[in-house]
Amino acid sequence: MAAPSLDELKRIAKTIRKDIITSTTEAGSGHPTSSLSGVEMAVALYFGGYLKHDPKNPNWPQRDRFILSKGHAAPLLYACLAEAGYFNKDLLHTLRKIDSPIEGHPNYAHARAAGIGGIEASTGSLGQGLSLGLGHALATRLDGYDSHVFVMTGDGEIEEGQVWEAVMAAEKYKADNLTAIVDQNGYQQTGSTHEVMDMKPLKPKFEAFGWFVQDIDGQKLEEVQPALAKARANKGRPSVIISRTTKGWPIQNLIGDPNHHGKPLTKEQAAAAIAFIDKN
Amino acid sequence: MARKMGKSVREAFGLTLAKLGEAHNDIVVVDGDVNNSTHTGFFAKKFPNRFFNVGIAESNLIGVAAGLASSGKRAWASSFAAFIMCNAYDQLRMSVAFPNIDVKIVGTHAGISIGEDGPSQMGVEDVSLACSLPNFTVIVPADEVSTEKAVNALAGIKTPAYLRAGRPNVPLIYEANTPFQLGKASKLREGKDVTIIANGLMVAMALDAADALAVKGVQARVLDMHTVKPCDDAAILSAAQETGRIVVAEEHLAHGGLGSAVAMSVVRQHPVPVRFVNLDDEFAESGSPEALLKKYGLTADNIVKAALELKK
Repeated sequence: MAAPSLDELKRIAKTIRKDIITSTTEAGSGHPTSSLSGVEMAVALYFGGYLKHDPKNPNWPQRDRFILSKGHAAPLLYACLAEAGYFNKDLLHTLRKIDSPIEGHPNYAHARAAGIGGIEASTGSLGQGLSLGLGHALATRLDGYDSHVFVMTGDGEIEEGQVWEAVMAAEKYKADNLTAIVDQNGYQQTGSTHEVMDMKPLKPKFEAFGWFVQDIDGQKLEEVQPALAKARANKGRPSVIISRTTKGWPIQNLIGDPNHHGKPLTKEQAAAAIAFIDKN
Repeated sequence: MARKMGKSVREAFGLTLAKLGEAHNDIVVVDGDVNNSTHTGFFAKKFPNRFFNVGIAESNLIGVAAGLASSGKRAWASSFAAFIMCNAYDQLRMSVAFPNIDVKIVGTHAGISIGEDGPSQMGVEDVSLACSLPNFTVIVPADEVSTEKAVNALAGIKTPAYLRAGRPNVPLIYEANTPFQLGKASKLREGKDVTIIANGLMVAMALDAADALAVKGVQARVLDMHTVKPCDDAAILSAAQETGRIVVAEEHLAHGGLGSAVAMSVVRQHPVPVRFVNLDDEFAESGSPEALLKKYGLTADNIVKAALELKK
């Protein structure tokens, strides 16, 4: 498959943003701002040729894995999976509703039982995805597959101790088929990460554990794409992309407002946001 | 009655797992740097590339096992019962039980019979915690023979399970050819006056208690309820209907273990009086295993007392 042009990826990013806003507003709950910050990264993975996957054969053993450890950004994952053809886009209207396999946070067993592919893990209790990703990386290496595992965490999420247990172990096992993506949008539930639990400087922390570290503007596809290429080509150690983003990007009245964590937009706000995305 | 001593449940587990590894190259083992205690070291020596010691980090241990299993491996994760169940409980809930994937958890050094190391190392709530995880099968084997069969049986199911493995050597209860079935209690002795339902190292004491009761003219049925979840409702119903009284004996806190499972089953199906020989709602202490079992009431004598009380 020829990789789509930058313009094409930007167009897809707009679609994903609109789907995030529409589905959470329709659901009446959810985390649109946490989903919006990760859009460029997820779009580059699913549509830019950096994630080897097949929507028609979601359990293909040689596939790459994308694990959304920050499970509250589920609307981002669902929008990408629908756009990629894992399931019909109409399903996005059922987000968070009773009987829907696309729940508030990813539910692996429910999705599988419903025949919905692409959801690699149940997440939502923060801090667990990187360990799962390491397990996948070790398993695919035992099988001799050229599979790469990408795990997206939040920047608040990495306050969980388990993340650093996984960071240690991934280096021990030289898991160069594992890439962590820290969606560093600067906010957690009650305030900025700077106020709640400042992890800066983050880069030397990962470097001290022996990881290959890239620090990029995660809202710029022009920076995201080469970073993913370098992460995939990296050998001998695990890699991390610290993806500096903006929570709620690019909707101006959501940015820098911690009161918008876990809150959908009103219908009027959603309409204005979608008009803004269409225009820019 | 003097019974021939066998291996510890943990050693029988380790030996069986190493044997399973020969037949199945999709079996992988994850350790929290205690493989010479849990005996997953036998597997590690034979299959170093399928063995992962992730260090003293139980949360990551469970997560890595779950990831391996999600990519098609049959993962066994083992550490001390107290650490793997208590330290990694959210990981067991979130990364294993909820997605319902094939990870087998083996908690060793369970109960107070670990002895001198004391309460920080004693998993006495592990069965309760494991039973509270949806999709989990929970097994507490009594001896080396049934442990080998339990481990093989667990390897044959695709869903998560917890196996409890004690530290000390325990008496042999079974012959090599005794059948073993997950979810089905083993009737070790027939009786009409009372049923003693036990598991783990309390099974040998239940048999001793039945001998002592027989001398007093009380015929006790003895069931090894090795599978706590799903527990054998049919065997419990028969016991309630045919013997009218039940004593449950386990090396576990009163709350949430075999006693709770049996009590629920009895009350739902055919209410009869039940007595419990287990650990009170407290932490134990250091001491020899024998001294601890005696001081904290896990004895054949106490099973006899409980049975006679029911007969009054």
